[in-house]
Amino acid sequence: MIVLLAAAVIFPFFAGRYMMSIGVSVLLMAALGQSWNIMSGYAGQFSFGHAAFFGVGAYTSSILYVDYGVSPWIGMLLGMGAAALLGVLIGFLSFRYHLRGDFFALVTLAFAEILRVLFNNSAALKGAEGVLIPYRDVWQEFQFRDDRIFYLILLLMVIAITAFIGVISRRKFGVCLIAIKESQGVAQSLGVPVLKYKLAAMAVSGAAAAMAGTFYAQYYGFIDPGTVFTSSISVEAIVPCIIGGSGTLSGPLLGALIIVPLQELSNSLFEDVHGLNMVIYGVLIVVFIMFCRDGIYGALVKRQKGVET
Amino acid sequence: MTGLLQVIDVCKSFQGNVAVDHASLTVEEGAVTGLIGANGAGKTTLFNCISGYYHPNSGTILFQGKEIQRVQPEKLCRLGIGRTFQIVRPFGLLSVLDNAAVGGYNRGTGKKEAYAIARECLALVGLEDKLEMPAAALNTGEQRRLELARALATRPKLLLLDEVMAGLTPTESKEMIGLIEQIHQKGMTILMIEHIMPAIMSLSHRIYVMERGAVIADGSPEEVAHNPRVIASYLGSRGGGTEYAEHH
Repeated sequence: MIVLLAAAVIFPFFAGRYMMSIGVSVLLMAALGQSWNIMSGYAGQFSFGHAAFFGVGAYTSSILYVDYGVSPWIGMLLGMGAAALLGVLIGFLSFRYHLRGDFFALVTLAFAEILRVLFNNSAALKGAEGVLIPYRDVWQEFQFRDDRIFYLILLLMVIAITAFIGVISRRKFGVCLIAIKESQGVAQSLGVPVLKYKLAAMAVSGAAAAMAGTFYAQYYGFIDPGTVFTSSISVEAIVPCIIGGSGTLSGPLLGALIIVPLQELSNSLFEDVHGLNMVIYGVLIVVFIMFCRDGIYGALVKRQKGVET
Repeated sequence: MTGLLQVIDVCKSFQGNVAVDHASLTVEEGAVTGLIGANGAGKTTLFNCISGYYHPNSGTILFQGKEIQRVQPEKLCRLGIGRTFQIVRPFGLLSVLDNAAVGGYNRGTGKKEAYAIARECLALVGLEDKLEMPAAALNTGEQRRLELARALATRPKLLLLDEVMAGLTPTESKEMIGLIEQIHQKGMTILMIEHIMPAIMSLSHRIYVMERGAVIADGSPEEVAHNPRVIASYLGSRGGGTEYAEHH
């Protein structure tokens, strides 16, 4: 873990431009994965719509910045708040009607799609044109000439989310989330305030995804509904967890570290085949669900503890 | 006569199928009360009503004199009703200690105290050597005991046990009887569903018998064992062997 961290910190000082962009992609996927991990990996509420939170984060900071001159740092915090509220809203509506599993996942997907369509068709929300972030090299405005600073900020975000998960997993909140995932009914019988905890997990998870969303907007300088609210963002939140091991601390990090280079490799080897990365996702997910349900990290931990899978 | 728990004229039906039909019973503080009856008699449904998983269609449930028939399970746990489940469901990913600690947090306690309670309850059921083991790695007997420890860690005033001996070997059952006896000696009030007759006869002070959702008899184990209706219910055309077959 420490070696990995050290490697991640010194990486930008040796990497070229291309490698830097891969590094950012890895971290972005890791951030999304970890945010998904809180709500779906730990609390067991499977989200297929993390793009909703990601997009809300990206749009909140971007519109506030472009139209109202609010610093994206502040916009990021507001976006995180908005996404947390959205998480509570989705959770409250779903759990009120006792939705679980697949049905819950469909509701999250529906919310992401509704937001995509809404942003696409509403002039007040910039419509399909999206938002172009004007470039000014001012750190107060979350902009840097040097990509390495962007990279390190994102790394800091990933560390923050991971540390948060690490802390809660040893405390009441994290232990009770796993209890809820394994059996909500039993958790209730032991006095766990199930609804409150699930909503809290969704709020935190949403906020974390929104943070990554703001980063995305500032780093790439352009967002539109088709890129930030698209379901491929939701998939990017899920895939590293399933490959690496959802409900584990390092699983999603490992997953992101494996998938992004794999994706880059396939893109460079088969330049003419568009959408091949999606095919790879598909195959990987099928393979892992069939043969390695706990993900790579999960399988390693289980082997160490000596539990039959 | 007022008990710790009073079930008064409770009915619960599912889309017209009556599962609990005007059932009443009283659990005296400090006593072990047994609930028996053939499969499908409505015992577990009644348990689920008492522990808040179902809300009865009519009737009243009083716990310490307060109406609880509309209260959610987690609130009931805080009020002091602990329960186990017919089908054991340990939190397999969590360690044995963490499993019990989930219950230990119930009393609004901090981490240190929750884990102290968890350790104490696990020691009581004899799992003190397996604290760090993932719960999924325990055998059935150990999982039953873990479930008991988990419920005890919530510090209940009333403990509902739903067939804690199901799936246990005769030796394990005997140990479980000793354990329940021990928990009772410490002052716990217990309401238990059990199919193993010698167990429930030896443990209970009072037994209620259910048939087709209704309570058809109650009394001391001695009285119930000689009640003609109970004998008919158990040995009659619907009971006996078929019941066992349905269950397995």
